[in-house]
Amino acid sequence: MKSLRIPLVVLLFPFFFTVVIMAAAGSWLHKVPAAEHHRQNPLSGDPQAVAAGRLLFAEHCAKCHGSDAKGRYDRPSLRSQRVASATDGDLAWLLRNGSLRNGMPSWSSLPEPERWQLIAFLRNLPSDTGRMAGGNHP
Amino acid sequence: MAPISRDPLARLAVLRPQARFSTTSRGPCRNFATVGSLCLWLVSTCLPPLATATAYRARAQEPPYFVTYSDALEEPGNLEIAQKGTAGVPGDANGFYSSTIELEYGARAWWTTEAYLQGQATAGDSTLFTGFRWENRFRMLPAEHWINPVLYVEYEDVNGADKSVLEVTGHDGIAAFQQRNSDTRADISRTMEEKLILSSNPKGWNVSENWIMEKDLMGGAWEFGYALGVSRPLALSGSGHACALCRQNLSAGAEIYGGLATVHDFGLHDTSHYAGPALQLDLPHGPTLFFSPQFGLSSNSVGTLWRVTASYEVQQFRDLFRGKEAR
Repeated sequence: MKSLRIPLVVLLFPFFFTVVIMAAAGSWLHKVPAAEHHRQNPLSGDPQAVAAGRLLFAEHCAKCHGSDAKGRYDRPSLRSQRVASATDGDLAWLLRNGSLRNGMPSWSSLPEPERWQLIAFLRNLPSDTGRMAGGNHP
Repeated sequence: MAPISRDPLARLAVLRPQARFSTTSRGPCRNFATVGSLCLWLVSTCLPPLATATAYRARAQEPPYFVTYSDALEEPGNLEIAQKGTAGVPGDANGFYSSTIELEYGARAWWTTEAYLQGQATAGDSTLFTGFRWENRFRMLPAEHWINPVLYVEYEDVNGADKSVLEVTGHDGIAAFQQRNSDTRADISRTMEEKLILSSNPKGWNVSENWIMEKDLMGGAWEFGYALGVSRPLALSGSGHACALCRQNLSAGAEIYGGLATVHDFGLHDTSHYAGPALQLDLPHGPTLFFSPQFGLSSNSVGTLWRVTASYEVQQFRDLFRGKEAR
């Protein structure tokens, strides 16, 4: 039995550690550092980036957020006022870090230019309120 | 000529008389010994394409490693089905083909759980099921950092005939590949394996380091191992039009891994090590293919391991069990 004790402790410790860390995580928008918040999309307004972002969205995001980006089940719409009012930097931070507690994985393994292409596409979507999601907002 | 039936069992019966290949051929693809090996090959080769035909288009985030783990976890709700194949000719012993079916599920954004079923076929010997594994990976920190730690915990129940080389620890070496299956299949080991995975994603590259610790629950010393991998997509930005063989769909890298003996004799003495390039191709409509020749670096290693993986990610598998009204 003693031989089992150490492996079981090693098994259980990371699980509880991770649960505690994740439980402490809150709303992602309040966590974006100021420097990240003010970042601008270097591909903003580039139609090629929007086209590439559309394909990337279909490949990586559509199954969760819907092919029309209006959300599916408990996954949020990307045409919401909250996304529209987030800055490019906010969205870039979210894609890089994810919001693990809320089920959004980190997409840091996607190269950064592809993440900017995705943001360019999201900015090109009409929001739920009818207006186009703009670029950076203060 | 007999008509080809749609019933898979009937098709196997048609194939059965042809399944006795010569036992005198040479080379890394030496004959499969039994009908069982044919079944193993059929199941492991056909499962990912079958999943492909029924599932949603997807592309995995994973780098092209075979042994090294990165911080990329399965997206929550997704189910990845993969077949990992390893073939080799260990010294003057018979060639083998090891097949591992992997079912990987994203339980949470910070927790991925996987089940493995393993088997192998050795030329001139036999084909057998070698065991199962249950693995869990936990992302330790909620945000991205320069180095991202992931903890890996696995329970293994495999017999001594296992030749999957999903990791190398302790004094694992060529001798285990040269024994007859009948001599090793009764040697069951139940082990706990822990890994500390450290991974970074600087400027499109992925750099991953794994520290491996393994403990046989039925006794024995802690065994150690390591794995290191570096990879990068061939293009960092996506194309505006869909394409199959675009550079963005290809990733290339290299990995090195090996054993570090045990807690009693830690070091490189009498251990085996492998290194090789790795390629990954994301095909249209979802499948991902991985290929790597891995070369033994020590006298205790198999000369060359040929590794191929085919995987498919069923996106939002959990939605299949949700009613439309829940949408």
